[in-house]
Amino acid sequence: MSKLNTLTVHETLDGLNKKEFSAVELAEEYIKEAEAARRLNAYVLETPEAALSKAAESDQRYAAGNPRPLEGIPLGIKDLFCTEGIRTTACSHILDGFIPPYESTVTARLFDAGASCLGKLNMDEFAMGGSNETSYYGPVVNPWKAEKKLVPGGSSGGSAAAVAANICAAATGTDTGGSIRQPAAFCGVSGIKPTYGRCSRYGIMAFASSLDQAGPIAKDVRDCALLLNVMAGYDAKDSTSVKMDVPDFTKVLGQSVKGLKVGIPAEYRPAGLNPEIAAYWDKGIEMLKNAGAEIVDISLPHTKYALAVYYIIAPAEASSNLARYDGLRYGLRVPGEHLDDMYVNTRTAGFGTEVKRRVMIGTYVLSAGYYDAYYLKAQKVRRLIRDDFMRAFERCDVILTPTAPSAAFAIGDKSMTDDPINMWLNDVFTVSVNLAGLPAMSLPIGLSGDGLPLGLQVIGRAFDEETVFKTAAVIEKEAKFERLK
Amino acid sequence: MTIDKQTVNRVAFLSRLKIDPDKITAAEDEFNKILNWVEQLNEVDTENVEPLAAVNETALVCRDDTVTEGNQADKILANAPIAEYGYFVVPKVVE
Repeated sequence: MSKLNTLTVHETLDGLNKKEFSAVELAEEYIKEAEAARRLNAYVLETPEAALSKAAESDQRYAAGNPRPLEGIPLGIKDLFCTEGIRTTACSHILDGFIPPYESTVTARLFDAGASCLGKLNMDEFAMGGSNETSYYGPVVNPWKAEKKLVPGGSSGGSAAAVAANICAAATGTDTGGSIRQPAAFCGVSGIKPTYGRCSRYGIMAFASSLDQAGPIAKDVRDCALLLNVMAGYDAKDSTSVKMDVPDFTKVLGQSVKGLKVGIPAEYRPAGLNPEIAAYWDKGIEMLKNAGAEIVDISLPHTKYALAVYYIIAPAEASSNLARYDGLRYGLRVPGEHLDDMYVNTRTAGFGTEVKRRVMIGTYVLSAGYYDAYYLKAQKVRRLIRDDFMRAFERCDVILTPTAPSAAFAIGDKSMTDDPINMWLNDVFTVSVNLAGLPAMSLPIGLSGDGLPLGLQVIGRAFDEETVFKTAAVIEKEAKFERLK
Repeated sequence: MTIDKQTVNRVAFLSRLKIDPDKITAAEDEFNKILNWVEQLNEVDTENVEPLAAVNETALVCRDDTVTEGNQADKILANAPIAEYGYFVVPKVVE
């Protein structure tokens, strides 16, 4: 049998159900592997005791014949999710030593379904970044070509790297502008950002509240479906979570896409598109066509404005959300002569460069005299971007695009670190989906000439994750992508 | 629109952040570069377009104004950098 930590979640559940191995053996394996892979810097906190005691409970459940849906599955949790009694910092200095007195709804649902916590995963500070380099705890090394020290993408960089390196069975992520999908693509794993409102945001540190959504990053499409089944659902503690039944997302896996209309947006093929990525995109189109889908050319004319809209709206919401970090109630406090001094000293020492940049942009675009010119304008163009998708979905059922404009780049890449806008361009294919609130999944399609994973993105109608999963499963089966083992 | 050093300092203060005096020029340049870049939105005709603040354009649900989880002062104060007598301690605010 292959090593336990290389199994997918569904294979692991199979093995646990058949008593081929115990949950404790499984947890021990993952703990050992996580320790051995510390050079990746994927975990910012390991919680082996918690994982082992939970595993012992899971073994009792299996013995008693009443396992829950994710019984005994060891997960890594992005450090943006509050975990009761376990340090949570959003990988920011300003939350030094913060121990949440409560559990986020999404992690509570996962743990109530029998999953355990191996530890907290590295990420860009407050989820602001596309390379995991803004973390207070340092960058994460992509497990692909680890000797080259490439980024894992971001902001859920620790999550994607840990799943790819088999040091957790699956992980939670969050996605505000591509933070699940882009790192999933860079690390050769799968991840889905569900429809806005599917998963509760309660207990997830807020970055841009109208865009943030939680979702799974996992070893394959089926694992994502298994996790989302548990993570999704209405929560009275999040007023934007939607009262809607959550279907069993695994039911559609393996279903035919015959007659399904797949939209291909012209605007996602700009003149300078990386030819390898264009070729893999064509390959994905071919796979769906061969499976009986109908390919439809569509247009999303406001695509080119999505990044500018995003970099007004997300910082605006962030500047407001991050106002709570004042040095009074939790985390870091740097003394000052008077109250304002203490605020300024604490926030100046506590936030990193990218967070400060976005807080200041957000403060500016919301300030008197500039609100209409920037913030209101961006909200108007946001509607046009959303309407583009609504019109497109009158002609197709699902949309296929590349996930990111490149493969993983090197940690410290000057072209990115010296120019924030270049770094932001990594989100060019992913942000529109957040602005429109739609579900979208990234899955690996193949390797670049340099041997690095590349991903395709499947976008669906609001609350139609099922068609996204069905389509992704067809591509996955044809792509036969080989995970790291 | 371009902004000057004075505006950068004002925005920094509104954000309760301090910029080192020797980094003000760099911050000003970067700020202007970013604002220049987002101003591409001016090309878009948004006459008669309603702003979209959130994708779920339904009224938020209100709950009854009752205490659901109360009496947790100790838990709430547990993370405070300084707490005394059941309160958060702040620097003096009244002269």
